[in-house]
Amino acid sequence: MRLYAITRATLEKDIRLEWRSKDAINAMLFFALLVVVIFSFAFDPTAEESRRIAGGLVWVAFLFAAVVALNQTWARELRNQVLDAYRVSPAPANPLFLAKALGNFIFVSALEALMTPLFIVFFKLRAIGQGWELVPIALLGTWALVVNGTFFAAISLRTRSREIMLPLLLFPISVPALIAMVNATTAVLTGEYSARVWTALLLAYDVVFTVACLFLFETVLEAE
Amino acid sequence: MVADAIKVGLEPLSSNPAVVAEGIIKQFGRFAALRGVTGEFASGKLYVIVGDNGAGKTTLLRTIAGLAQPTRGTISVLGTEDLRGIRAHIGYMAHPSLLYDEMSAMENLRYFAGLYGVEVARCREVISSVNLNPDLERPAGQYSQGMRQRLSLARALLNDPKLLLLDEPFSNVDSRSAHVMAVLLGQLRDQRKTILVVTHQPGILESAANEFVSMEAGRITARTPTLQAAHL
Repeated sequence: MRLYAITRATLEKDIRLEWRSKDAINAMLFFALLVVVIFSFAFDPTAEESRRIAGGLVWVAFLFAAVVALNQTWARELRNQVLDAYRVSPAPANPLFLAKALGNFIFVSALEALMTPLFIVFFKLRAIGQGWELVPIALLGTWALVVNGTFFAAISLRTRSREIMLPLLLFPISVPALIAMVNATTAVLTGEYSARVWTALLLAYDVVFTVACLFLFETVLEAE
Repeated sequence: MVADAIKVGLEPLSSNPAVVAEGIIKQFGRFAALRGVTGEFASGKLYVIVGDNGAGKTTLLRTIAGLAQPTRGTISVLGTEDLRGIRAHIGYMAHPSLLYDEMSAMENLRYFAGLYGVEVARCREVISSVNLNPDLERPAGQYSQGMRQRLSLARALLNDPKLLLLDEPFSNVDSRSAHVMAVLLGQLRDQRKTILVVTHQPGILESAANEFVSMEAGRITARTPTLQAAHL
């Protein structure tokens, strides 16, 4: 019960801070918008080609945009060293991690909800397969990005060039998830094969890395 | 090369000390911030820790708070070496405010109250105790330095701690705010709280302090009952 209360209080606090500062969401939106526009100018695909490449374009754009939000997550805890106030409190480490990951999930999901219609318009997308399957793929894929991103952003927190360090740590470990997301999305868009195997792989990835991050986060938080 | 620990103690050993440090050495890479700190801090007393920049005062407070692990030596706080277990009984005020600039005083303290499992009513109580208005909706980032320091002190008092660790509470604070804080610290000492204050303005606490602890180059070099005896 107490874990739930601390997670909820921290999540509400983060949403309130983001609502007031709009640091992460504005930066993410502009970045993702630029990527969509640049891609649409760089490629001029037919509807068939779009269905084949859109999965990759969409997820790479969201991955890069998510990094902006992930860097902001912990940056606000460094201002005035507020993280130390959490560390000296009796609150356990995991609610902080869960709240940060959930907050990032909400921010990145909001970005995806805003940007997906633009992708559909710019790339003339229409799913041949079961379109509803994109919903669980998007949810699982977003969680895969933010759970590792939140964890590695915490690790790179005390490094000098943390904004460079985060992509260096995050991108390689996200490759299996990215492959699953892209293939599952392409499967739904083209209707040529089933997305189930890739979705199951994504689910397994999420479970493994969520458990690992929760298990290791206290060590990261207590590190000097 | 780290020098051997030295022990300086004018005060007789207390039967129930709040803090016991034994040969604390804290290194950051090759630099030793603490070079063998040994000493006791008795319960219910107010200690003022003084010394030049780089003397190790802040590192000592962070070590007692559990924010820094000693490289060598042991530290016992409130009767235990398991510092995680007694976090609910420690209040810590750092040089930075440890507050969210975008949130008001009540919003800040309400969040931290949740971490300690403290009733929200306590937030209003501690904000008022430092002469701030709990209903002020202005974000903490727009407070004057004096107000921010007082709010930071209120945050440290939120959990009614047995041990209060204050790092530079009077820095950049006007004399009126400093006086308010000093009076409050005197009252807390009278309530049998143990208080360790790191400051470059020990005169503000001259009447409230039980002991002045001088630090130099990572060691405690003197402990005196009066400010004058500390040769400051």
